[in-house]
Amino acid sequence: MKGGVKDWPLRLFLALALPSVLLAVWWFASDDSTDVYWPPLRTILTAFPDVWTGDRLREDVLPSVLRLSAGYACAAAAGVGLGTLIGSHRRVRAVCEPALEFVRAVPPPVLVPVIMLFAGIGDTMKIAVIAAGCVWPILLNTVEGVRSLDAVMSETARSYGITGVARLRHLVLPAAGPQIFAGLRQALSIGIILMVISEMFAADNGLGFTIVQFQRGFAIADMWTGILLLGLLGFALSVLFHTVERRVLGWYHGLRDATRRSS
Amino acid sequence: MQALLDVSGLRKVYEGSGRRVEALRDLTFSVDAGELVCLVGPSGCGKTTLLKCVGGLLAPTGGEVRLGGRPVTAPPPGMAVVFQEYGRSLFPWMRVRENVELPLRQKRLDAGRRRELVADALESVGLADAAGAYPWQLSGGMQQRVAIARALAYEPEVLLMDEPFAAVDAQTRADLEDLVRGLWQQRGITILFVTHDIDEAVYLGERVLVLSSSPTVVQEELRVDLPSGRDQLHTRVSPRFAELRTHVYEQVQAAKRGAPGVPWQRGVPLHKDTVSDTPPSPTG
Amino acid sequence: MRGEGALLGAAGLAGLLALCEAVPRLGLVEDEYFPPASRVADALATELADDAFWTALRDTLTGWAIGLAVAVAAGVLVGVLISVVPLLREATASTIEFLRPIPSVALIPLAVLLYGTELRSVLLLVVYASFWQVLIQVLYGVQDVDPVADETARSYGLGNWARIRHVVWPTALPYVMTGVRLAAAVALILAVTAELVIGAPGLGARIAVAQSSQAVPEMYALVVVTGLLGLAVNVGARTVERRALAWHQSVRGEVAV
Repeated sequence: MKGGVKDWPLRLFLALALPSVLLAVWWFASDDSTDVYWPPLRTILTAFPDVWTGDRLREDVLPSVLRLSAGYACAAAAGVGLGTLIGSHRRVRAVCEPALEFVRAVPPPVLVPVIMLFAGIGDTMKIAVIAAGCVWPILLNTVEGVRSLDAVMSETARSYGITGVARLRHLVLPAAGPQIFAGLRQALSIGIILMVISEMFAADNGLGFTIVQFQRGFAIADMWTGILLLGLLGFALSVLFHTVERRVLGWYHGLRDATRRSS
Repeated sequence: MQALLDVSGLRKVYEGSGRRVEALRDLTFSVDAGELVCLVGPSGCGKTTLLKCVGGLLAPTGGEVRLGGRPVTAPPPGMAVVFQEYGRSLFPWMRVRENVELPLRQKRLDAGRRRELVADALESVGLADAAGAYPWQLSGGMQQRVAIARALAYEPEVLLMDEPFAAVDAQTRADLEDLVRGLWQQRGITILFVTHDIDEAVYLGERVLVLSSSPTVVQEELRVDLPSGRDQLHTRVSPRFAELRTHVYEQVQAAKRGAPGVPWQRGVPLHKDTVSDTPPSPTG
Repeated sequence: MRGEGALLGAAGLAGLLALCEAVPRLGLVEDEYFPPASRVADALATELADDAFWTALRDTLTGWAIGLAVAVAAGVLVGVLISVVPLLREATASTIEFLRPIPSVALIPLAVLLYGTELRSVLLLVVYASFWQVLIQVLYGVQDVDPVADETARSYGLGNWARIRHVVWPTALPYVMTGVRLAAAVALILAVTAELVIGAPGLGARIAVAQSSQAVPEMYALVVVTGLLGLAVNVGARTVERRALAWHQSVRGEVAV
């Protein structure tokens, strides 16, 4: 049960085998389906390019992704900034901690109706909802990362006169990096959820809006293409995140592997 | 001649949660420019507290530390510290070169000068080839060499070393001891070396200060009259080395016996044989 | 130290409440959108006296609990199975990596079509979202089994089942508990989301009704309730985790995935 398979053709085969089998099963099992809710995979895949190219790509998919990016970026900036501030000061942390514990526990989707009061139903509302939901995991993980800064590292920096901005840049943020990225990853899944439901709630464009329109109009095959597209989007963002994380935290993975080997 | 480093009447009392612990009672000693002085004392005798006070990392309760005549209140630019925990003292997200260079950037040296100092420091600890590696790719001994190189490149007036070789194996330790002696002789730097290892103190130092148990005072000061060219093979078997180490050993033992009450550090037993080794019960 | 921390924390909470009272009163924010804390408290008191509120709370908790239980059972079973059967882990890795990031809310239209506003709609979303949290932690946990311990068990002739019970399970348990804690929080989020968006009965649906009928203080009161519920879930899950692992020498950190 331990250890990976070394041989790469076998690995490739193993990676592709199950997805192929699953797709084949779906394909053949649904091929002569007459159930309106479960259209044949053939129909869904044929509909996919018609539904999601051209205007819809520009007017629904792109705005959704842009709103997600904007909200996520705001949350990352605010979360890391405030988190560093709170994490660096013991008293500030003691004051904020219980309040933060509560705010974090609020399920983010209930923010949609609240923020709608202030920001209407436009892009601002959706970006605000995404930012307001994503900020907490980033903030709390940053606080934790900054707080648990190693004492020896901190003293080393102090004895070599590394203070202020340099300390932040070369010591505090890199040391909290693994924790910050853990928060960013949690925030990404929350962000996608909020992107979709803020559009399902009130919108006139976007992925979530369009998929609900298909469902209400009983365009079932089109709805399925929407579900597939959301899945692909989630997967693509996860791969992108993973790539960025591997680059930025390359040192951390190396360190962890080195420690694991020696222990 | 005025001493480079002057410690007078140093006292440190820790207070907190209703407990008051006197770590350092009254410490007075000085280190001249170009000297290599070793501080040795029983476990838990406040060596690290002392070094932190000297390095300006900890504010003493009383007394003062002067470097080149100026009182030390914060880490002074003329001091570099090599810590015991090399793995936690080097930044794992920086390559060896960047680790050595970072303090120099803080000193606002220009890029050319920085490159020169980094290359020279890595060369002199024998790690010129490892500049592009990450610290965690190196062995423990090599990591501690990087920490030493970082201190050298900083060009300090005084180099403080806090049990730097306590966590490496015996052979690496011997190599590192010779490295420190060699660097001291070549570069004429001033070194204050803290250790709990009596042999190491006698082998390295020109002078050995024996500390008492906590609350700490200087129990004895001893000049090491071994020849300045020392090596692991001959120096350690010479009769004079044996005499000196026996003497220091007796002093440290006397320091342990003479200590009143419990040691100041919680969990550090004064006599190892008085604590039982009961493992924690699995039901906890 | 501890006393001081608690005091400062209480001060922080009091400050937050005072801020929520003062900001609308001073007219910095329209109090139609952001009623003062005292008015939200009034609304909360009215809610607590309303039977319909308690029914909604019970509905939400039912969806949460059943969904979580199903997800944990399925996650543990599938996780152990995948890890123990040779090659199954490699064969499923790519599929898991693809399915896991699919946002569960993508299933909302399907849930509406299949189950309407029934409890099963909520369960579909809750189970899908929480299942992965448990599964991933179980996989990490089993991977962490000490090869020496496993070899030892093999060399003493322990069978598959005995190895799972005495070697694999104790090692994986801390990870499983982490998975359960994460899944508990995710399950609540999805339960409330399903109610809010689909209209399945529960606190989420009640919030949607309050919003559409412009009952702003009531809406805030309900948001506070979901927050308290979330807090209770987090604290409760952490307590259970600590209890369950009290015997374990090293309570492990969670795996960053």
